[in-house]
Amino acid sequence: MEQKRTKEEYRKWSQQQAPGTPKAKNLVMAFLVGGIICTIGQFILRALLNTGMAKEDAGSLTTLFMIFIGAFLTGLNVYDDIGRIGGAGAAIPVTGFANSIVSPAMEYKKEGYVMGVGARMFLIAGPVLVYGIFSSIIAGIVYYLVS
Amino acid sequence: MEFLKAFIVGGLICVAGQLLIDLTKLTPARIMVIFVVAGVVLGALGIYPRLVEWGGAGASVPIIGFGNVLAKGVIEDVDKKGLIGAFSGGVRAGAVGIAAAVFFGYIMAVVSKPKAKNKT
Repeated sequence: MEQKRTKEEYRKWSQQQAPGTPKAKNLVMAFLVGGIICTIGQFILRALLNTGMAKEDAGSLTTLFMIFIGAFLTGLNVYDDIGRIGGAGAAIPVTGFANSIVSPAMEYKKEGYVMGVGARMFLIAGPVLVYGIFSSIIAGIVYYLVS
Repeated sequence: MEFLKAFIVGGLICVAGQLLIDLTKLTPARIMVIFVVAGVVLGALGIYPRLVEWGGAGASVPIIGFGNVLAKGVIEDVDKKGLIGAFSGGVRAGAVGIAAAVFFGYIMAVVSKPKAKNKT
């Protein structure tokens, strides 16, 4: 379908996509949606801490619950709508990380459970883990050398 | 009060991401990579843990908080075991998040159907 666009249409389209001034509405929605998601995380964290759980475990478990929520809402086709409203406010929280795993995996399920689901799960999560883990190893080596 | 702090910190981090999207041509995937690496750097420098102390889930729920967890694990393990800790700490500290993402991500991808696309 993309190829059927005329040059003129493409030019218009690419201008719309080109970076410009930030839209105030986008920033407000990112703030609200991101803030609400993090507040939900804080409620979960507080509830876990109130059970007497160690701080570190409560943090890990909060992440687990947030990932579950993000994956679940993506499966229900709800998270994409949240993403349209919230932009980065939906993408940056860890629920958006879960969304980036489930969304392409279910989209490409017809390609099979290995190269479809299994591989596509890491379309975005893969680069995040590669650069995250790689940079943490560099940080660890530097820390070892200076300490 | 802690909920308001989480709301403000989390919201502001997402605004930073939205600014990057609007001002540059960066895709959300690249923003996520930038944020996780930024989390590792700010975590290793000891800056991000202070933000987590203040903002709670507002700082730990955004993906930049995952980078902070990786850095925290690496530093703990280097302190305990030396250089090998640089390789063990990150994945150890991030294990629950990574495993949960694989586990719930796989289940939800298998059981759910994508919405029929009605492109105009």
